[in-house]
Amino acid sequence: MSERSERSGGRGGSSPHKEHSMTLLQVTDLRLSFGGVRAIDGLSFEVGEGEIVSVIGPNGAGKTSAFNCVTGFYKPIGGSVLLDGTPVTGRRPASIAGLGVSRTFQNPRLFGELSVLDNVRAGTHLWLRQSVFDALLHTPRYRRSEQEATDEAHRWLDFVGLRGERAGLVRNLPYGEQRRVEIARALARRPKLLLLDEPAAGLNHTEKAELLDLIRRIRDLGTAIALIEHDMGLVMEVSERVVVLNFGREIAVGAPAEVRRDPAVVEAYLGRDADEEELAAAREQVRGGREEVRGGTD
Amino acid sequence: MSAGDASQEGTPHVEPGPQAGQGAQAGQGPPVKHGPPVKPVRGRGPSVVTRLMETRYLGWIGLAIALGAPLIIATPYALNVMTSAAIFVMLAVGLNIVVGYCGLLDLGYAAFFAVGAYTGGVMAAELDIPLIATVPAVLVVTVVAGIVIGAPTLRLRSDYLAIVTLGFGEIIRICATNLEITGGPSGIYGIPGLFGDDVLTEPAAFYYLTVLIVAVAVLLAARLGRSRLGRAWRFVREDEDAAEAMGVHTYKVKLAAYIGGAVWGGMAGVLFAAHLTAISPPSFTFLWSALVLMAVVLGGMGSTPGVVVGAVFISLAPELLRDLADYRFFVFGVLLILVMIVRPQGLWPHRSQETARTAARSKEPVA
Repeated sequence: MSERSERSGGRGGSSPHKEHSMTLLQVTDLRLSFGGVRAIDGLSFEVGEGEIVSVIGPNGAGKTSAFNCVTGFYKPIGGSVLLDGTPVTGRRPASIAGLGVSRTFQNPRLFGELSVLDNVRAGTHLWLRQSVFDALLHTPRYRRSEQEATDEAHRWLDFVGLRGERAGLVRNLPYGEQRRVEIARALARRPKLLLLDEPAAGLNHTEKAELLDLIRRIRDLGTAIALIEHDMGLVMEVSERVVVLNFGREIAVGAPAEVRRDPAVVEAYLGRDADEEELAAAREQVRGGREEVRGGTD
Repeated sequence: MSAGDASQEGTPHVEPGPQAGQGAQAGQGPPVKHGPPVKPVRGRGPSVVTRLMETRYLGWIGLAIALGAPLIIATPYALNVMTSAAIFVMLAVGLNIVVGYCGLLDLGYAAFFAVGAYTGGVMAAELDIPLIATVPAVLVVTVVAGIVIGAPTLRLRSDYLAIVTLGFGEIIRICATNLEITGGPSGIYGIPGLFGDDVLTEPAAFYYLTVLIVAVAVLLAARLGRSRLGRAWRFVREDEDAAEAMGVHTYKVKLAAYIGGAVWGGMAGVLFAAHLTAISPPSFTFLWSALVLMAVVLGGMGSTPGVVVGAVFISLAPELLRDLADYRFFVFGVLLILVMIVRPQGLWPHRSQETARTAARSKEPVA
């Protein structure tokens, strides 16, 4: 923790246009297919240390698939994923997690029948020093490490601002609180890179504002964040860079303001000009039809 | 802590009386500092039964009951039944590691029981050494058996795993029936006692010895359940993908559960061989696997006191119902169905093990 605090102390506030000296995650020419369907087709992007990068795109653009490739849940058929310069393609998820990647899921996947605290203790699994013999003999090291895991769980639950009981089962918490627990669990992993898959989905306005604040505080700890999100307000507000995906490849990368003006992005989200024209023509027709109807009743 | 320590086979223990620094009472939550709602850690009032079920001295109470039982009835028959029940408890606690903690449905648990009993029995009988001397070898063989059976099967999920374990259970039994060294269908007999033929072979003495060994086994299994590895087992049971994302190598962790189950089952097998001095293939049929699994489910999966109570029930009920003659297994079956209808989570379900101490925050927030 002390190391983290020092790192977070070095990063004052949130200046969005900071130089990112080191590339933490580098995805190059990633390809993934599901039985002939190209889910990801030559995707490249990178995330720098301590950076907040949003991955956006229409439904089915391959955002979650890309996350699953990075975290090892899917095996890409081509391309490479480098984490801190180490190739991780083809490794199993636990091993990639060990290299400092932590994630949340599109639908929270908590350990429902376990307590809130136990859920967050899951994050301590990789760094907790405790052997089977410590546990069998209840050595001082066992007691120390258990206390440490509990303290750490409480710290991260405080950090994410959990409201509600911590000793009870996690499935009894309201949805929004479960999302917080999932982030706390991911943070207790002490990751270098945190992947958040639609963290704002299903949250109300207040909760979204709190999430925005939380994401910034996580970044201030020195953790890089890659974010999949549909809430454009949140994305534009919090991101330092935005990667836009469509049909499994990146179509635009840049600062939020640049991306918003990018014609390719506008096209991906709003459709082609031709469609626009068709739409306009259709509107004309409808309007004309209504007038006809109105004329008839008069 | 030493007294409390040894008693922790009683799973959920809320510290009775005031806590240092917190001043929390038993059955009530700590003074929670953060916002509403401030709920007690346990919702129920501290009824006598609840207190009894959650006391940290539960393990000692259980041990006292087991040690005191011969004072009430000590006929050779009763001692025989009680010794079998104690061995059955050890089996159930071992299977609880696999099924209760890790959520792997194992229908062939008798295989490990057989491996332990035969390894110990054959070695002791052939080399004419006390059974206790075979324990290191039995440990090695059961660990190997756990790996050999576990490694190929643990890549499968739920139903498939159950079928394959069922197959392995039968394979071991059929091997024992047909191999020369295991004595074929008639098995092996004249197995020396745990400490040779003269020491501690009195039924009462052997009963006490068994109870002490089983108590240690129960305690150690419960401790495993509350460790880093034990939590990992529960994570795997709840959601394998999420566990994997947290850095839990699910395959290794499942294999560890299997090895744990194999060791407990194998050690129970050694006790079994010592108890009966003769073993044969019919002792390790599928019925045994099913009965042990029943004890785990009936007691409450993942709950140590539950599994102990379930195992005692399963092993004693048919004996207590002996007066009903031919109807006893019918009544036994109806009782089982009734229990599962009334208490679907088991007789003594597992509860979250947060105590007043762990539920309270001891440090200031990070930010």
